[in-house]
Amino acid sequence: MSESQVSTTAESLDRVSDAGDGRATSPSPARRRPRRRKASWRERVEISLLSGPAIIIFLTFVILPVGMAAYYGFFDWHGYGPATDFVGLRNYKVILSDPEFRAAVRHNAEIVVLSLLIQGPIAVLLALLLNRKMRGRSLIRVLVFAPWVVSEVIAGTGWSLMLPVQGAVNALLTKMQIFGEVKIDWLGNPDLALWTLMGILTWKYIGFAVILLMAGLQNIPEELSEAAGVDGASYWQIQRHITLPLLGPTIRIWAFLSIIGALQLFDLVYIIWGQYVAGVAGTSTMATYMVLNGRNAGNYGYGNAVAVVIFLISLIVALGYQRFVLRRDMVGALTEGA
Amino acid sequence: MASAVLDTPRRQRKRPKSSVGWGSPATYFVALVVIALTIAPIVYIVLGGFRTNSQITVDPAGMPHPWVWSNYTGVLTSSTFWTEFGNSTLVAGVTTIGVVVIGLMASYVLARYQFRGRGFMFALFSAGLMFPITVAITPLFLLLKDLGLLNSPVGVILPQVGFALPTTIIILVPFLRAIPREIEEAATVDGCGRIAFFFRMVVPLSLPGVLTVGILAFVASWNSYLLPLFILSDPHTFTLPLGVQVFSSQYSTDTAKVLAFTSLSMLPALLFFTAFERRIVGGLSGAVKG
Repeated sequence: MSESQVSTTAESLDRVSDAGDGRATSPSPARRRPRRRKASWRERVEISLLSGPAIIIFLTFVILPVGMAAYYGFFDWHGYGPATDFVGLRNYKVILSDPEFRAAVRHNAEIVVLSLLIQGPIAVLLALLLNRKMRGRSLIRVLVFAPWVVSEVIAGTGWSLMLPVQGAVNALLTKMQIFGEVKIDWLGNPDLALWTLMGILTWKYIGFAVILLMAGLQNIPEELSEAAGVDGASYWQIQRHITLPLLGPTIRIWAFLSIIGALQLFDLVYIIWGQYVAGVAGTSTMATYMVLNGRNAGNYGYGNAVAVVIFLISLIVALGYQRFVLRRDMVGALTEGA
Repeated sequence: MASAVLDTPRRQRKRPKSSVGWGSPATYFVALVVIALTIAPIVYIVLGGFRTNSQITVDPAGMPHPWVWSNYTGVLTSSTFWTEFGNSTLVAGVTTIGVVVIGLMASYVLARYQFRGRGFMFALFSAGLMFPITVAITPLFLLLKDLGLLNSPVGVILPQVGFALPTTIIILVPFLRAIPREIEEAATVDGCGRIAFFFRMVVPLSLPGVLTVGILAFVASWNSYLLPLFILSDPHTFTLPLGVQVFSSQYSTDTAKVLAFTSLSMLPALLFFTAFERRIVGGLSGAVKG
């Protein structure tokens, strides 16, 4: 059997299972197969050999650091020698009463909400658009995804060169001769900077949302919209009443990832607004606050405490989201299966 | 054979109306506007590299006139660029291989073995999605310092593999679970052990998913900034994102050169992604089934 044959078999097998069981696949590993006998000795060796490396690396470099942060967060510690100066909850009291941190939290909250409100509708429309059969579709796709593939550093460097008062954006707007000579301070004006940041974030991450949604669209059987089309439904009726509801689970997964990403936002702000300007311009985030007051200030105990606060906030938001939003998907899966 | 029969109806059947029906020109118009907005900044960076600083100052939004090659040739002949290019390639390459190999093995266990603690293991890795590197970076720096891995590519690679595992496993497990039981049973009847089955059947059959996670890991590593920023302080170990940042503050007056450096460093990830874009959408569809 040649390699190409194998891969086409694989694809078609995927499709068979797509068509067969629809949704229940990912969240519930246990349901798929009846429970077999207890794992034999040989199986146990295989399990540990195959999953061992992943577990070790994951525990060491992902879980352990979070635990370490919780430990060091209780110390006044500047990174030299062992941490001995136990200060209890003092770091946390300082963080929570620092107006700069509160401002950062507020910015993060605004970014979370605005990301969902701005990117969500645009991404759905773009995914529907790119899902249509049209000439040059694959080229259009690649171009729309390009900003997502470009690194934050490059995007940040590019935008910070384009957005100054004397930069290319204002020059371009001036050239259009609609607004006269444009001298907008996109980055420095505190009333505007957050919106500038939202524009850049939308530009940068819309491609990811579109990719996810297009992947979700692939799982919606064409037969449904075909049938609706035969029954006389218009294109927009089909999207509104068939595609969109079926795309719901994908949209909710994207929203989850977007929320988590917005809470952790660092790179673009740090690069475009630098270490010190972000606070003044009103674009500082919890993560830039952490790097500025932790590592850059050599105050590692404090930085770790900030990390713990960010983690707890993200965890509460994530668990709340899973509890109240994602749960609906599982309920749907159960009732549909019945 | 079965595959051919199953393939045809889905691939060749067209939606009755969409290709001819509702306002094709309007669709193209929207697409063009969107494309203009998305690629304008990238075009600005690339074209800016072909201009001189005085051109950029006089007319920030203009075209190169005349076209200048010296910025690009200057970057391409500098050893800084190639050292950083090599570092980025090494880090991204090893990260990708590591994520794919280790992630595939773990996903195989999660997808096809029955054992106590499997649900917990899956939940643990999924929870990793909530632990972005931002939260762990300060202690991670301290940990790597204790391990003597600062200023070493290994110190960037290992954490990157760790943080890429959740996505990898979430994408790959549905793929591996979709391999029908019958194939495995047939292989067992033919005297094929579980491990042999893994290499002979699972690896080739999960290729679409493997490509997806591989590309995602490569692009993420190629672009990663925060981790190298903390771990690498010796300029000889810098990856391209660090290099771009240092370069742009070092030559802050030489905008044209910064733009040339920037556009050359984004090229590999863009090409890589363009080549495999279709595969990514296909590979993700297993994971977003909901």
